[in-house]
Order: sequence, then structure tokens, then C-alpha cells
Amino acid sequence: MVEAFKNSWITFKSIFIGMGITIRHFFGKSVTLQYPDERPVLPNNARAKLYVNIDDCIGCNLCARACPVNCIYIDTVPSTSDVDLGKTSTGNPKRFWLTRFDIDMAKCMYCDLCVHPCPTNCIYMVSEYEYSEFNRTNLIYHFSNLEPAMVAEVKEKAANEAAEKQRQREEMMRKKAEEAKMKQIEAKKQAEEKNDGEKGSEPSKKENGDS
Amino acid sequence: MTQYLLNINPIAILVHAAIPLTIILVYALVAIWAERKVAGFIQDRLGPMRVGGWHGWAQSIADLLKLIQKEDIIPADSSRFLFKFAPFMMFAASYAAFAVIPFSSSYIGSNINIGVFYLLAVTSVLTLSIIMAGWASNNKWSLLGGMRSAAQLVSYEVPTIATVLTVIVVTGSLNLMTITEMQSGNDILGFLPNWLIFQNPFLLVAFVIFFISILAESHRVPFDLPESESELVAGYQTEYSGMRWAMFMLAEYADMLLLSLLGATLFFGGWNSPFGEFMSGPFWSFFWFMLKGLLLVFVMMWIRWTLPRYRVDQLMYICWSILIPLSFINLVLVALWEVIF
Amino acid sequence: MIEAITDSGERREMTINMGPQHPSTHGVLRLELVLDGEVVKHVKPHIGYLHRCFEKYAEQMDDYAKVIPYTDRMDYVSAMNQEHGYVLAVERMLELEVPERVEYIRVIMAELQRIASHLLGIGAFGLDLGAFTPFLYLFIEREKILDIFEKASGARLLYNYMAVAGLMRDVHPEFKDEVADFVKTFRPKIKELDDLLSYNKIFVRRTANIGVLPVKVALNYAASGPVLRGSGFKWDLRKNDPYSIYDRFDFDIPVGSGEMGSLGDCWDRYIVRVKEMEQSLRIIEQALDGMPDEGDVMAAIPKRIRPKEGELYVRTESPRGELGYYIVSDKSASPFRVKARAPSFVHLSMLPAISKGALIADIVAIVGSIDIVLGEVDR
Ligand code: SF4
Ligand code: SF4
Repeated sequence: MVEAFKNSWITFKSIFIGMGITIRHFFGKSVTLQYPDERPVLPNNARAKLYVNIDDCIGCNLCARACPVNCIYIDTVPSTSDVDLGKTSTGNPKRFWLTRFDIDMAKCMYCDLCVHPCPTNCIYMVSEYEYSEFNRTNLIYHFSNLEPAMVAEVKEKAANEAAEKQRQREEMMRKKAEEAKMKQIEAKKQAEEKNDGEKGSEPSKKENGDS
Repeated sequence: MTQYLLNINPIAILVHAAIPLTIILVYALVAIWAERKVAGFIQDRLGPMRVGGWHGWAQSIADLLKLIQKEDIIPADSSRFLFKFAPFMMFAASYAAFAVIPFSSSYIGSNINIGVFYLLAVTSVLTLSIIMAGWASNNKWSLLGGMRSAAQLVSYEVPTIATVLTVIVVTGSLNLMTITEMQSGNDILGFLPNWLIFQNPFLLVAFVIFFISILAESHRVPFDLPESESELVAGYQTEYSGMRWAMFMLAEYADMLLLSLLGATLFFGGWNSPFGEFMSGPFWSFFWFMLKGLLLVFVMMWIRWTLPRYRVDQLMYICWSILIPLSFINLVLVALWEVIF
Repeated sequence: MIEAITDSGERREMTINMGPQHPSTHGVLRLELVLDGEVVKHVKPHIGYLHRCFEKYAEQMDDYAKVIPYTDRMDYVSAMNQEHGYVLAVERMLELEVPERVEYIRVIMAELQRIASHLLGIGAFGLDLGAFTPFLYLFIEREKILDIFEKASGARLLYNYMAVAGLMRDVHPEFKDEVADFVKTFRPKIKELDDLLSYNKIFVRRTANIGVLPVKVALNYAASGPVLRGSGFKWDLRKNDPYSIYDRFDFDIPVGSGEMGSLGDCWDRYIVRVKEMEQSLRIIEQALDGMPDEGDVMAAIPKRIRPKEGELYVRTESPRGELGYYIVSDKSASPFRVKARAPSFVHLSMLPAISKGALIADIVAIVGSIDIVLGEVDR
């Protein structure tokens, strides 16, 4: 009986202590951020969205290779000799047209691994976090700034140049091959001549040797 | 009988039916909003803030509109009629009980002499509707919830009635209006109102027991076992959605108000003003009455957002081996006190 | 179900499915309960709803560093600790020394994360028992920790902050002040939690004597962490098998004492977590004192790491228990095999043993008290 009363007393006491705490909070300040009206300020280095400064990209593909989920898609076309793509702001020479630089943010897991290997620091995370979309394909961000016509042109040019180079190379190869053939023939001839000479002298040697 | 029926004025019936209904509906909308607000403030949040401008006051209305539009889902293997019927029966039970509540010094739905008895009898139908809902849903969680609430409500009715009896012992009347009228005036210690809770120290104990039992009767934390969301998903409401679920919600809040008002009537002088003649009259008495009831409702909310809940066997233990003996001992003590003083 | 009622007592048992969409199964756990009334006769956990092939993925990666984001996603409420274990394992394979400053920052991060994880575990435990409010109070504190993490690493939940041989980036300049500030403001909150929940009589009655795990059973099931310590066994890898620089700090190992009921009940496991948060605060304070202000956060390593051929098992104390990584290297740049020993998985397997004869409400309490994270159970 006494035990039961004591227990009830302890129960009541703990309940009142708890209620005291909650009523203090009731009159205390709230911590709510009224989201669309007030927005949280993310720190500068928050990892919320990827951004690529395409002007600085040299198309080295390091970021795509670092990505664990393979959500960066890069296509490059080598620039032709008549255009100079210039240099990045870090001083690296650009050698490729970026015909495609897509990042699928729906697939990205914000791990930051693609950011670190970039030699020109042109791929980085920004703290913008309001970019939801109704259609998932809209989350594929296209960073390449080449127009389709330009892409086609560049591709054609590159193809032409490649073909040209190929031709030149073939030409060179042929020339080389010819030269090699010539050389071979000459060498053969010489060898034959030598051989002849040697043949002629051989017996004498033998003779010499014999003698 | 026929003579009696013929004498009834249909307009009077409508008015008498409409007044408590309006009070319940308005109260339910406000209380659901207030509950969320109280929860928010206690938890250092803000609660609903968007709908309707100032502190989201229209949130419940928006929710109600949403619930009305929802599809009425009835589980395939359920007992269809009972499933549909249960929420309305539950609401009807608590609504009917409002008939004997003296809302103001000049308004009571039905001034019958067995008011308290009627009220307790009618609210016990609640149990039935909850079992009905739990069983008809053909869902195991619902069934468990229904069984729990049946056991809980039946058990806690005993201490409730025992403590109500203590009041009746003191007042000698079952009529709630009479009980209230007996509590007017400010005579205790010269300034305290003549409320029953101040009249007799054992009535204070009775009130504590009564309050604990009505927490269980209206299944609020820490006795909210029939619908404890972390154990039974949503208890007997698991399969309900849309308007039927809203009926349950409404009935639950109505029940909460009903029991709080009963507590206010029995222990806190009903519609009597705490300042004697000052601020009394039909309107003020309504104001004081609602204020007392709503304060009790607020305490219920406050408790809800503070405490964890009991387990089902502990709940039964508290009822049968603490509250019931205590309330009967208390009844005897109150009676003795009345005889002696 | 109707059968169960009408069969006039012949079939008294009811099989009921708790989860995977149950409010208190902490994610997507499915428990098959056989009930007699409300008494649980038998419980069988079904797992695998969150399986994401962590181990297979790890083998697919062509770089050891690429596995780290995946370790984050195992136990997503204590990502720092998961990373810590993994990078320690890889570093030990490479026999690498990391700079002093890195070690200190790692320890501070890991301990902060331990507090954050316990806050969630305790809060969710209270939530399971119907106490909603403490959960949100604790979340306010957890949010402060996440803010510190966000400033340091840029992410709030899955940090990918620790790298092999160092850290992905240096901490922000105000880091030390912020952490010290947090330590100061957090101490009173533990007191408040004690008043509001830990010693609340209803809470104690709900948790004491429930789900009693005797120390012998705990050892047989290879329990670890707070679950084992709740049974009164003093075992903490930070002390018993010190890794990183934990041997430099002075802290206690809180163990359960059966204060409220019997040794190894839910309340003991709970209170061990609460007390552990205080010890973590002590470690953080000491680490803040010892942490060098300047210094590199990355040791020099080759771009592609190729550990020697071989295998090793490295275990660390995560908030949930012994987190072990078993790594086999075949001298290529990608791990040949990575196996994670997840404490939650081990602890979940004890559930049938400790919940016989409990009520449904107790099952909820027991699951809450062993504090599982389904991401780690299923991996
Ligand atoms: S952040 Fe990670 S997942 Fe996203 S693109 Fe970069 S490497 Fe890939
Ligand atoms: S690593 Fe940087 S430079 Fe290289 S492709 Fe990616 S973004 Fe461009």
C-alpha cells in the first residue's frame, strides 16, 4: 500500500517535471524556418548542385572517370589546326571541342569526387538547392555551349581534318613504304653487288687460306 | 404518448439539436487547429502557418474540405454495413450526450432529472462503435485496437462513475443544472467560489481520479492505446479514410469536450463565474463554462505532448488496482466528511 | 482473421505482419509476429527491403576512394563513423601515416556523429513509446551538429568527408569555436532529456524489465556497442582495441547497471546511449585542446592507390557497435572484396531471442532499444 502510494507520488512528480519543461518550451522561441518565405543560407561550400564552367574545361575526362555512378557524359572532338581554342583561365591550353557535356543530376549522389581531380577547377558544387523538376529528363544538365550546327560543323571539320590527316598519313606511309622498298631494292642491289664482289674474291681468299 | 408527441414543436427540436451541433463543429475545427498549434509551440515549432493568414487559422477547414473530397474506400472483405455505420454511431453517441450539458444559466438541451446517468449511459455506446469499427474493418491491427479500446473504456467507466458518485453524494442530485446551481456564490474562506472542488479535500482527490479516467475514456496520451500509432498503426481507424475518418476525429474531439465539460460542471461550478455576481448572466455564463471546459482540454493536450504512453497491461493495472479501490475509498471518505461537517 | 476469432478456441494464435510499412519499424523492416491475444509467441524478422549491393558495388569500383560514398549510405545516420572505419582500413592496408591534424579532426567528427546518431536513436525510441516531444527537442540539437558538418563538408547527411590518407577538405576556420559552443550548450540539454524522458516514471515502466538481454546471450550473439554495454559488459573498441588516436583520450565506458529493473533491459540500453553522449563530449573537448591549428589535411599518396596483395579486417566502434571492414586486395586499383560487418544486422538477429513472451508494445520498445538502421542491416 505504502509502496503503491510512493510509486504514484514518484509518477506524479515526474509527470509534473516533464510538464514543466514542456510548458517552458511552449512559451519559448520556435526554431522553425518558414521555408518559402525565409530561406536557409547554405554555406558557400555546400554541395547542392554541380556547375561546370565550360569555358575552362579542357575535356580531359578526369571528372567522368572519377564518378562512381557514371553520371557525367563527355564527348569531345579534337580541334582542327586552323582554330586555336585558346587557353583556360588557369593557363592550360584547350585542345578539344566539347560537343557534349551532360551531367545527370538525378543520378548524381553529390559525393564531390568529380570536383577534386579537375586540373582547371572548372567543375564545382554550388549551393543552389531549389531545382526540382516535374520531368526527370530536365535534370540532365547540358553544359556544352556549342550549337547543334556548330557541333556538326566541328565534327565535319574534325572528320575532314582527320580524313586529311589520315590521307596524309597514308601518303606518308605510302611514301615511306616506297622509300623503304627502294631502299630495300637498293640494299639488295648493293648486297648483290657486294656478294658478287665477294664471290669473286672468295676463291682467292680460299686460295689464300689454302696457301 | 401520442399526445406527448403531438405537443412537440418541430422548430424547437431543430433549434435544440442545432445549438450543440454548432458548438461541437466549431469547437472541433478550433480544437484540431489548436491541438496542432499547442503541439507546435511545445515542440519549438510553429504548427500550421499557411492557410488563411494569421497563424494558419483556416487549416482545419482546408483539411475538412480535403477529407470531403477523398475517395471513400471500403475494404473488400469488410463487413460493409457495420464499417460504414460505426463512425456515425460514434459521433451520435457523444453528440446525444450534449443534450444534458448546461451550457449557460439559461440554456440546457434537456433539463432531465437523471442527466448524469443519461450522459454516462449514452457515452458507453462509444465503446460499441469502436469495437464495431475494429471488427468490421477486417484488419488485424484494427481488431487489436478495437479489443484494446473495449477493455479500456469498460474498465475506466468504473472509476469515472465512482467519482461522479462522490459528487452526487455531496449534491444529492443527478440533474446537471441543479448541480451547477448549487455551486454558485463565493462563500468559501470568504472569497473562493462555492465550487465543489474547494468544498471538500476529498473531492479534490476525486477530481484527480476523474481526470485520469476521462483521459483514458477519451483515449488521450498516456492512455491512447486504441490508436497508438507506433504500435497498432492507427488502431481501429486503420482502414478508414476520407469523411468517415473525419467523423471519428470529430467524435473523438467531441468526446474530449464532453468529458471536460462534465468535469467543469461537476467540480468547477459549471457556468458560474469565478467572481460571484460580477460577469454573470446568460452570455457570460456560457463564456465561463466554455473557458473552464477548454482549459481542461488544453491540459489534456499539454499532457499529450509531454508523456509517453502506458502499455496495455499497465493501463489495466492502474485502473483495477489503483483507481477503482481509491475511488471507492474516496467515496466513503467524502460521505463521512459530509456527515461530519 | 475471422477464422481466428470464430474457431472457438481451437486456433488461438494470430499471425500478424508488422511492417514493412509500419510506423515504428525504423525503415523497412518486416516482422512476422505470432500472437496469442497481445502476447507475442514468436517473432521473425524479414530483411532485405533496402538491399543495395554495397559489397558488390565496392568490387565494381575501379578505385578505393570511390567506395567511400557507398559506405556513407550503409548506416546513413552515422555516415562519418562508417567512413572512418573504411578509410582506416584502407590506410592500414597501405601502411600509411596520416597527419596529426587529420586524426584529430576525424575523431571530433566521429564523436559528433556519434552524438547525432544517439540523439536520433534515443528520440526515435521515445517516439516508439509515444513521447513525441523529446524526439523533436533532440532533433534541434542534432540539427546543430549537422550544421557544423555542413559547413565543414558541404553535405548534411552523406558527407564523403574522410578520404584515404586525409580529408576531402579542410574544416572551416570557425570550426573549433562552433564545436566548443555546441559542447557547452549541449550539456544542459542532456539534463533536460533526463527530466523529460529518461527518468519519467511512465517511460521507465515501459522500458524496465523489457527485452532483457543477459550478458551471456549477448556474447553468444556477438552483440557489441551499446547493446552489449547495456548488458553490463565493459567492451568498447575505442578502449579495448584503440584505433586512430583514441588511446590519447580519457573517457569512461558507461555500462548498464540494472538500475531501474533487471540488467540488460531496454532502459539500460537506452541510458548507456545517454551517458555515452556525455563521454563523447569529453572526448571532443580533449580533442579540441589537442588539435593543431595549422597543417595539411592530406598525406601524400599516389593518385591511384594499389595496396599490397593481402587481406585485413579493421574494426571500429560505430554508434551502433562493432563496425568491421574486411578488405581483400589483389594488388589492382579496385578492391577484390569488401565485406562490412554491420552491428545492426547482428543485433537484429537477437530479436527473436529477447522478445519471447513480450507484448506488441514491447516489441516496439525492443526494436527501438537495439537501435537498428535498416540501411546497415540490408546494405
Ligand atoms: S558529385 Fe559524385 S556522383 Fe555527382 S557527378 Fe560528381 S562524382 Fe558523380
Ligand atoms: S575534369 Fe575538369 S577539365 Fe577535365 S573534363 Fe572534367 S570538367 Fe573538364
